[in-house]
Amino acid sequence: MIKCYLEFEKPIEELELKIEEMKRISDGKDVNLSGEIRKLEKKVKDLRTEIFSKLTPWQKTLLARHPDRPYTLDYINLITEEFLELHGDRRFADDKAVIGGLAKIKGAPVVIIGHQKGRGTKERIRRNFGQPHPEGYRKALRLMEMAEKFKRPIVNLIDTPGAYPGIGPEERGQGEAIASNLMHMSRLRTPIVSVVIGEGGSGGALALSVADRLYMLEHSVYSVISPEGCAAILWRKNGELNAEDFSRASESLKLTAQDLLRFKIIDDIIPEPSGGAHMDVEQTARNISDRVMQTIEELKTRTPGKLVEERYRRLKKIGSFVEEA
Amino acid sequence: MAWFKKSKGLKTDKKVKIPEGLWVKCDSCKEVIYKKEIDKNLRICPKCNYHFRISARERIELLVDEGSFVEIDSGLASNDPLNFKDKISYKDRLEENRKKSGLEEAAISGEAAIEGRPIILVIMDFAFMGGSMGSVVGEKVMRAAEAALEKKIPLITVSSSGGARMQEGIFSLMQMARVSAAIAKLHESGNLYISILADPTFGGVTASFAMLGDVIIAEPRSLIGFAGPRVIEQTIKQQLPEDFQRAEFLLEHGMIDLVIDRKELKKTISQIIELLT
Repeated sequence: MIKCYLEFEKPIEELELKIEEMKRISDGKDVNLSGEIRKLEKKVKDLRTEIFSKLTPWQKTLLARHPDRPYTLDYINLITEEFLELHGDRRFADDKAVIGGLAKIKGAPVVIIGHQKGRGTKERIRRNFGQPHPEGYRKALRLMEMAEKFKRPIVNLIDTPGAYPGIGPEERGQGEAIASNLMHMSRLRTPIVSVVIGEGGSGGALALSVADRLYMLEHSVYSVISPEGCAAILWRKNGELNAEDFSRASESLKLTAQDLLRFKIIDDIIPEPSGGAHMDVEQTARNISDRVMQTIEELKTRTPGKLVEERYRRLKKIGSFVEEA
Repeated sequence: MAWFKKSKGLKTDKKVKIPEGLWVKCDSCKEVIYKKEIDKNLRICPKCNYHFRISARERIELLVDEGSFVEIDSGLASNDPLNFKDKISYKDRLEENRKKSGLEEAAISGEAAIEGRPIILVIMDFAFMGGSMGSVVGEKVMRAAEAALEKKIPLITVSSSGGARMQEGIFSLMQMARVSAAIAKLHESGNLYISILADPTFGGVTASFAMLGDVIIAEPRSLIGFAGPRVIEQTIKQQLPEDFQRAEFLLEHGMIDLVIDRKELKKTISQIIELLT
C-alpha cells in the first residue's frame, strides 16, 4: 500500500524514504546498515512525536479527513464481537452514509450507529462522502428508538463533512430530520455515548451526537462550519481562497478536540497513537472501546429518568453570555 | 459604411434620479413597486404576495393584543467565547448591529396575549446579524420554552434566520441541541407549540426549533430550507427548480401545515389555540 503523507508530514516522508532505500540496499547483501536504520527510525519517531504534538487547527482538520483515517466500519469490525447491520428508514430509502445495527462490545449488547465514508472512488460515491440525506438521520433515530425499547445503550461514531446539500434532501425535510433527532435523542431513556472519530461537520454531525457523554479522538475536529465555508464568508474576494485563508479560519473557529474540552463541550479526549489514528488502527479502536464501555457501565447505574434529567441539565449549561439584572 | 457610426458627444446627463427609498424591488418577483403601496399593505408585495421582512417590533404589533407584550430576558448579551478573528472583532460587529437594528440581539422574547389568551412569544429579527442563532438566541428560546412549560401556556416562535452564528462557533451549533431539548419537554407535557416561518429561515434554525412545532405555518413566498440555495447549486451544478425552497414548495412536499397571509396570521393562531387548548 502506498502511504499517503500530508503536507506537514513531508519531513517524515523524506526520512522514511531514506530508510526504505537503505533497507533495499542492505537486503541480501553483505552491507550491514541495521545500525544506521535503527538510528533513522528513532529519528522518525521523535520527529513524528514533535510534529504531532503541535499540530495547527488546519493540520488537524486535514488529518481528520486523511484518506487513510479509519472510518466507522473499521472500528466496528475491530471493537465488536458481533455486528448485525440493519437497514432503512421505513420511509423512503436506506442511506449508505449512515450505518447502524445491533452489536456486542466486550460481551455487552449495544446499538451502534455512525456516519460512514467510503474508501476509493466508487465506494466514496456510494457512501456519498459520508454526507447523509434525511433518510440517514431517520434510520439512525429508528435504531435509537429500538435501543430504548430493548434497553440497549447507544454508541454513536461521528464522522461527516455535513448533511448533504441537494434538491432531494430539501424536498424530504433535511432540517426536520436533524431537528427531530436532536429533540428525540434528548429524551431517550437509555445511555448514549458519542465519539467524534474524524470530521464533526455542523448540524449533520450534531444530529448523531446528542449524548450523556461526548468524546473526541485526539486529532478530530468539530465545528459549526468548515474552515473553507468560514473563509468564503469572511474573505470572499475576487481571487481564490488558499490554504492560508483556511488555516486562519480554522484558528478562528476553535474546532479542535483540545478547544472543545477547554470549553467543556466534550467530556474527554480519547488519545490517538503517534502519527494519528491510522498509524495503529487496533490501538485506536481499543482506546475507543475501553473508554466507551467504561462510560456505559457507569451510566447504567442511573435510572432512565435520572439519565434524561442529567442529559437535559448538561445541555442547558452550554452557552456563553452575560446577563444584566 | 457610416450607418452605425457612433455619434460622439451626444451623451446625455439626464439619468433620472430617483429619491432613495421611494421605490422598492420585490425580492421574489423583482417587480419595482412604490414603497408606500407596500407599507400600506403590511409590507406585502401587491404583485406576487411576497411578504417582505419586517422587524421584530413590527411583528409584535401585528401578532398580539395591543399593549399585551412584556419583554422577558432582555438583559442577555453575547460575549465572545472564541475571541473570534474577523475583519472587525465580533464585539464591534455586535455593537454595529445593535446600532443598525435598534435591537440587543437577533431575537426578542416575552409574554403576551392573542385575543385574550396568554402566550409566550419569541420573534427573530433578520436585521440583527442575519437573525443568526448564538448563545443568546439559544438561551432566549430555551427560557421561553421553559416559561411556557411552567405557565402551561402555548409557545409561539417566529423564525427569520440564516442559521447558527458562525462567530460563536461550536457554542452556536450546540444551541440547536439545547433548544430542541427544551421543545421536547414542552411536547412531553402536552403544551402547544406553534412555529411560524418567515423569510428566510435556514440552517441551524430550520434544523432545530423551527421545524418542531405542533403546527408549522409559513408566510407566502418565504424561502425556507436547511442548505442555502447557493450552496446547493454549487454542489449539484444544476439549476434549481422554480419555486425551490419557497413556502409553497414546502407545503407541496408536506413539510409544513399552512401558508398563511400576514393579515390572517393572528386570527389563524388564535383559532389553533382555541381548537387545541
